[in-house]
Amino acid sequence: MLKPIKPLPKNRWIKRSDEFLRHGDIPWQIILIAMSLLIMVLIIAIGWMLWHDSADARSLFGWGFLTPTSDASWDPVHDNFEAWPFIYGTLLTSLTAIILAVPISLGVAVFMSELCPEWLRLPLNWLVELLAAIPSVVYGLWGIFIFLPIVVTPVSNFLFETAGKIPGIGVLFAGPVPESGVSRLGAAFILTIMIIPTITAVTRDVLLAIPDSQREASLALGATQWESIWKVLLPYGNSGILGATILGLGRALGETMAVTMVIGNSIEGTLSLLRPGYTMASIIANEFAEAVTKLHSQALIEVGLILFVMTLVLNVVARFLVWSVARRIPTEARV
Amino acid sequence: MTTQFQELIAKNQVRLAMRRKFTNGFMLSVTGFLTILALIPLFWIIGYVFYKGFAYLNLSFFTQLPRPLGMEGGGVLHAIEGTIVLSLLGAIFAIPPGVFAAFYASRYPNTPIGITLRFSTDVLSGVPSIVIGLFVYAIMVKPMGHYSGLAGGVAMALVMLPIIIRTTEEMLKLVPGALREGSLALGAAEWKTSLSVIFPSALSGIITGFLLAISRAAGETAPLLFTALGNERYDLKTIVTSGIAQHQSIFMIFGRIVNQPVDSLPLTLWKYAQQPYPERIQQSWTVALVLMIVILMINIAARVWVESRKRRLQG
Repeated sequence: MLKPIKPLPKNRWIKRSDEFLRHGDIPWQIILIAMSLLIMVLIIAIGWMLWHDSADARSLFGWGFLTPTSDASWDPVHDNFEAWPFIYGTLLTSLTAIILAVPISLGVAVFMSELCPEWLRLPLNWLVELLAAIPSVVYGLWGIFIFLPIVVTPVSNFLFETAGKIPGIGVLFAGPVPESGVSRLGAAFILTIMIIPTITAVTRDVLLAIPDSQREASLALGATQWESIWKVLLPYGNSGILGATILGLGRALGETMAVTMVIGNSIEGTLSLLRPGYTMASIIANEFAEAVTKLHSQALIEVGLILFVMTLVLNVVARFLVWSVARRIPTEARV
Repeated sequence: MTTQFQELIAKNQVRLAMRRKFTNGFMLSVTGFLTILALIPLFWIIGYVFYKGFAYLNLSFFTQLPRPLGMEGGGVLHAIEGTIVLSLLGAIFAIPPGVFAAFYASRYPNTPIGITLRFSTDVLSGVPSIVIGLFVYAIMVKPMGHYSGLAGGVAMALVMLPIIIRTTEEMLKLVPGALREGSLALGAAEWKTSLSVIFPSALSGIITGFLLAISRAAGETAPLLFTALGNERYDLKTIVTSGIAQHQSIFMIFGRIVNQPVDSLPLTLWKYAQQPYPERIQQSWTVALVLMIVILMINIAARVWVESRKRRLQG
């Protein structure tokens, strides 16, 4: 016969607090929630800090800081700053990179998800991810000494002689072409290589998430494999692919080191893709540590603020698009 | 008349079929070609960095501080030590909040806070690293009045945080639910279950995630430009020996390690590559080689490990 176990005598207050804290689960929950909200707080803090620290520059230059001008000045000696050349440089290089990178990434993603044999899929995946793991300074080093002279200079010369003659868009391909190859085009090419992994990875995930019934149905109707990819799968995943593109654009906008090394860092009024230029990230990287006057560093922080807002908006839109695809695909269809 | 017509249609159909077949074959091979095109830079960079970098690689490169230009020899010990210090500082700052946040994300993915967390992690990973540098400059360098390794470590932590959260969350999700339920059924509290049942069984995968985050941060330059700044005279051995000689406490020595400007391999690479001296450019290729070897090794090892682990847990 078992004796009934007497509960240990317990201090009333310890017992009560233990119940109140549910044996430690309440503090645990509080820590988890605090750490989860910390990330959000960080983002808000970044935005607020940039906003706060650029107050004088914002009130002094107003919207004129951002508006397009043909003879923008960036003059730390006379404290006169206009950011248009950098905004233009960033937009031109990033958009060129996107135009080049999207078809290539789509090709790679289609090959990886639809065509390649099973044993090749994992190694290919790794190789593409390694491309993303290479530090951006190494891209820059390789860019200056190898890629620019070997690839960019001939391409620039070719574009200058052909597209440069066309009235209208010829402005974008005006010369003279720098011999070393340092140019916005060089930066755009390097950016293309650097954002291919981003776009490819997201596009591949989108393609892999499309239920097999779509493929089977289109093949059963007599479509060739290419027709089923082009007319069924890509339209099915289009908003996800758009999201991937925007994510890639976000990466291209913020990329600093490689671009700073190959773009030539010069402020000139030209619109040409074949001339050296500047981007928002590279002006900050080059000048912030040496900014002497308060207004100079404030102007640079304001450039950073513009960059932050641009990437923030792009990221929000891109994530929303990718999520909308994931939500549209019914859960039971996802493998 | 009708037969002629039918023949014509049949002929056209054959032509159409031929064209469709041709387009199919052509476009499919184009995707293969694009894959090769996208991977050319990878092999080109790795091959060239190895080819150029090995020429200058010797032991003193790892064991000596840089010498003035014109003198033979000299290495990048300061940058190697600095990279290690910065990465460790970053890991110390980023791992605790990252792991806790990942616990929340894996346990309550669909609560409002969970959705906010996932969203803000995505946004944080999209913030340009140069902007992170500006932010850390504003919150740390300006109040402290000088550049420091500590500020560099915080910048590194901000780069690592999203990666740590994402990989840890993924690994925690791989732990079978039965383990958790078993522990709860035995009467363990939620925190006890999380820390002593779920965390250990996902630990090896989580550590792999840490390594990936560290390797990513070790290659970053932009956040360090105006936080850690760079320091050619940085030498842990001198700091520690002089500290011991002056009977300083371990906290003092640690403070001196992190409270001064620190160099790192990518920063050194960037500075050397911009100098007009062939010697320095040679050295920058070797720095690139060291950086690439470390980063590629960590990446490949981590992926092999994760893959085998996933297979074990799922299969």
